[in-house]
Amino acid sequence: MSTTAQRATLPAPAPGIASALVWGAGQLINRQAGKAAFFFACFAGAIVWEITSGNYYAGMDFTARSNGGFFVKGLWGLITLGTRPRQMTLTGLTEGDNSIVLMANGLIALLTLALLAVVWIWSVRDAVRYRAHLNAGGRRERSRDYFRQLWDGAFAYIALSPGLVLIVFMSVLPVLFGVLVAFTDYNRDNLPPKNLVSWVGLDNFATILSVPAWTGTFMGVLIWTVVWAVFATASTYALGFLQAVLLANRRVRFPRVWRSVFLLPWAVPAIVSALVFRSMFNGQFGPISQFLVDIGLTDERVYWFTDPSMPNLARGVALLVNLWLGFPFFMALIGGVLTNIPPEYYEAARIDGAGPVQQLRYITLPIVHKTVAPLLILAFVSNFNNFGVVYFLTEGGPDSADYRFAGSTDLLITWLFKLTLDNRLYNIGAVMSLVIFIIVGTISVWNLNRSKAIREL
Amino acid sequence: MNEQRQALARDRAAAREHRRGILATVFIHLELAAVAVIVIFPLVWVVGASLSPGGGLASATPIPADATFDNYIDLFTGTDYGRWYLNSLYVAVLNMAGSVVLAALCGYVFSRVRFRGRKAGLLSILILQMFPTFLTAIAVYMLFLNFGLLDSLTGLGLVSIAAALPYNIWLMKGYTDNLPTGLDEAAAIDGAGRITIFRKIMLPLMRPMLTFVAITQFTMPWMDFILPRLLLQSPGKQTVALGLFQMITDQYQNDFTAFAAGAVVLAVPITVLYIVLQRYLVTGAAAGAEKG
Repeated sequence: MSTTAQRATLPAPAPGIASALVWGAGQLINRQAGKAAFFFACFAGAIVWEITSGNYYAGMDFTARSNGGFFVKGLWGLITLGTRPRQMTLTGLTEGDNSIVLMANGLIALLTLALLAVVWIWSVRDAVRYRAHLNAGGRRERSRDYFRQLWDGAFAYIALSPGLVLIVFMSVLPVLFGVLVAFTDYNRDNLPPKNLVSWVGLDNFATILSVPAWTGTFMGVLIWTVVWAVFATASTYALGFLQAVLLANRRVRFPRVWRSVFLLPWAVPAIVSALVFRSMFNGQFGPISQFLVDIGLTDERVYWFTDPSMPNLARGVALLVNLWLGFPFFMALIGGVLTNIPPEYYEAARIDGAGPVQQLRYITLPIVHKTVAPLLILAFVSNFNNFGVVYFLTEGGPDSADYRFAGSTDLLITWLFKLTLDNRLYNIGAVMSLVIFIIVGTISVWNLNRSKAIREL
Repeated sequence: MNEQRQALARDRAAAREHRRGILATVFIHLELAAVAVIVIFPLVWVVGASLSPGGGLASATPIPADATFDNYIDLFTGTDYGRWYLNSLYVAVLNMAGSVVLAALCGYVFSRVRFRGRKAGLLSILILQMFPTFLTAIAVYMLFLNFGLLDSLTGLGLVSIAAALPYNIWLMKGYTDNLPTGLDEAAAIDGAGRITIFRKIMLPLMRPMLTFVAITQFTMPWMDFILPRLLLQSPGKQTVALGLFQMITDQYQNDFTAFAAGAVVLAVPITVLYIVLQRYLVTGAAAGAEKG
């Protein structure tokens, strides 16, 4: 009788607070030894890991740099990005701090801490909830049952873990790392392990927005990227639609043969086609320039992608090549939609006296458009980031005197590639990545909100 | 009289209709033929170039008079093309196997198992998928550079799997959502475990979309440029796409016909695969778009 009274007097948050201070203590108060042991083990494990990975017995004066363990040194590295550069001394080159390695280790430590925080919150909530359950007169539950139940539900986590580990280390970690680099001065003048990298706050964003050469390049490239994405998507869609409608016409002989021919640009790897076009449009030796000279249309060879005085020529040709590459996919897609339109629709329209143009305008177009719309947005996004066509075809050329490390046909993504790989301006590149992510992310979220995928989650 | 005139008018209208029909047929076929020529010419040209004697771009002709296979022989004896091909094959097989296994497992779990964090997981994957692969790739490059992990084909394969995994998981989840639940529920009642249900019942049902994942992930490394360009460095570790790009940018005038031969060797198997499986690939891509 006294125990019931005692239990009832203990308010539910009490074991929660106990668990928050010493992991598992609340569970012990709740008399669940198994659970208490589990949570305490997580807590103790983290501390033992920190101590064994660190260098805690070495000297009297403790510094995070030389004595810290996995967590302490990791966080120290993430905050300071190293304090001692590599130096030349009498005994040779000293081993300095490698800021980037420190940053990455710090991130891993931070992610681990986040995981531990989840366990911590879990333990606190579990302690509170179980006590409230007891206070309400609920039955006692044994730790073993709890864990068995947990284990039955764990199939999902075990099955997902390989994919999850891969995604965390190859996607999440790099993404976070990339975001962090945008706030540092990590570039070709500041390369570890020779130099230390440091945090610079929003300086890189300020550079892009205030230094005229950068702002000019950024705005110019951004505008061209949007123009490119709009025209590339619209043109491939339009030609794909036209070819699909023509092929669906019953007057066409051998439609399957035509279709297979038109599908070739889609089937041939894009890198091959783009490089072939690059050679065909080569100013000096390419056959197209030669042909134009031979038939007397131009007096001298046209330097399609290298003539700085004609940036729009290069842009137009790039769009045409993209049209060649891109229309078959829409053709195939729309062709599939067309075969699914019931013939009765057209029958009824004919009886009402609608001509072919009206049928196209009021039956075919709306149905196709409705089905293909989500794909159009996806195509816009992929054209926005169409690295292949531009880089392989023009490498961003022709050069532009006003631009920093960019040519007239460069898209944001190819500019980013050049900034990072050719010019090693990692910090500016990271800022660009964020900008692209924000633009693409906004479009995708807007698109998703309209689709049913989210609601069905 | 009147009847006669009516019949005459009808005949004339029919004739006009007929003429218009013929005209339309001719125009349609003219348009188709024009597009077909534009589509085929570059392809014929590169095949012709690969058979042309001499090495320069200027000597390339669509239909060489004295065709020769020398460029193909050069390709495999004079350059590292064979090596690049094997490298690409290794990455392609690794990427395909890893992607299929992980996408099947994760797609099944997200679709059929209800567990804590499922919604949050799906949403995070969705957001990750919006982050262009390319941006992740640059960060991976900076990390690999500082940890000394660059220049590994296995590393490239793993990064490729991870890069496509969020998309593939959503694809498989969406496809599995639309499969009937009756069979696996019946099996569960009969006492089959999760693993058994997955292997014996779900996998066969998921096969069409898994085939799509397998094809796209197998062909991807052959054409991918950014990731290998970032992650591979030494000449012996190049993939075909990298090698071809270098052939055309480094030694432009000298090696063009060899490049053409390399391009043909790379393109033919993939093109055949795509044309044969076209219906399949287009449906798969459309399904992916619908599911976000």
